[in-house]
Amino acid sequence: MNGAHDLGGTMGFGEVVPEVDEPVFHSDWERRTMAVTLAGAMLGRWSLDESRHVRENRPPATYLTSTYYRIWLDALESLLLAHGLVDADELAGGRARHPGADGVPTVSPDTVARVLSRGAPTERATHGSPGFEVGQAVRARNIHPAGHTRLPRYVRGHRGTVELVHGVHVLPDTNAHGGGENPEWLYTVRFAGTELWGEAADASVEISVDAWESYLEPA
Amino acid sequence: MATGGPVPGTVPGVGDTAQTDHDGAGHPDHSELGPMDARVRALESILVDKGYVQPEALDEIVEAYQTRIGPRGGARVVARAWTDPDYAARLAADATSAIAELDLGGRQGEHMVAVFNDAGTHHLVVCTLCSCYPWAVLGIPPVWYKSSAYRARAVLEPRAVLADFGTELPADTRIRVWDSTAEIRYLVVPRRPAGTDGWSEDRLADLVSRDSMVGVRPADEPTSVGAPA
Repeated sequence: MNGAHDLGGTMGFGEVVPEVDEPVFHSDWERRTMAVTLAGAMLGRWSLDESRHVRENRPPATYLTSTYYRIWLDALESLLLAHGLVDADELAGGRARHPGADGVPTVSPDTVARVLSRGAPTERATHGSPGFEVGQAVRARNIHPAGHTRLPRYVRGHRGTVELVHGVHVLPDTNAHGGGENPEWLYTVRFAGTELWGEAADASVEISVDAWESYLEPA
Repeated sequence: MATGGPVPGTVPGVGDTAQTDHDGAGHPDHSELGPMDARVRALESILVDKGYVQPEALDEIVEAYQTRIGPRGGARVVARAWTDPDYAARLAADATSAIAELDLGGRQGEHMVAVFNDAGTHHLVVCTLCSCYPWAVLGIPPVWYKSSAYRARAVLEPRAVLADFGTELPADTRIRVWDSTAEIRYLVVPRRPAGTDGWSEDRLADLVSRDSMVGVRPADEPTSVGAPA
């Protein structure tokens, strides 16, 4: 979706402000939100792609004025509701009113240790051969999907060069919406800064994105 | 093992003095106050009471990212690469496996690529679409990495972003920006500072800041960590 989350190239945000001796968390609720969000994901009912889409799928003004962990907490509540794990009256009342859904395993410290050490690899068994090769000229398609996608607007329609081939990875565009993993070849595609931002741009800059095969066409 | 308690027990290093900063004005990526705390505690107790999550699991997640998983891991990788050319070659060829040699990896580090700064090229990592970051080797991303300003500008005017960090590069240095749009996670290997010949890996790792592994600063100079022991 062409949402406010797709920030590459947007102007007006001012300077980047590094914080001296930044703590890992700035408040107790942020720490708790991080932990409960990860634990919620460990219930295994939604993918990382779906959770990303729930976070980005909100009115631009809301997205841009919500704090980072506020978006996480809003998204977690939405996901728990959508997957029938928690009911609206429970969120409204701030306490459990119904038994937990059947067949949901409890997240334990062992679950945490296993998930943190293994992660959730997105690479799948290779099928066929890649449609593009390193060094090949490609163009990012001019597409504007209404749902989740990982092709940022600032590269769409632009010509780049394949720099790396990463194997076959789960396609977020379908996986975020319950449409299956549909793994595709994944590439790092490099663009000249002047290709993306015009001839007046800094010619010493090159930018890459990681793009699934269906995001690309020969150039 | 389950205690049935509504909220996690002890959380290490809880220093809530920082909770009073940032009213959000001008810094919407920073913290909020009060109501959020009540909301997240209520959600925790709902999930615990419905049998979905053990409180100790939440403690375990916090403990991991507050004390074990952080930029010291990435610094060990860089210091090893600086001192062991064979390791550096393995890191360049297959970063995920080379990083696993140091017992690092896992969540948000499943598919790693290491990129090496040199005299001609400087690498910078961003996630314009959200906040993808190599948690397995750098821990939780800092606020600036998640900020709208960084996500918007790193791909448009990386030299100006570097200047915000006090980093100035020669005009002919190629700047290579990596936008993390998939599940590939990038680790920048900064250049080894001069004056560190013969240093141990542990001493070298002290020079490798988180920021240098994202690419917004060089590695620290040896003067910054005091005289040799």
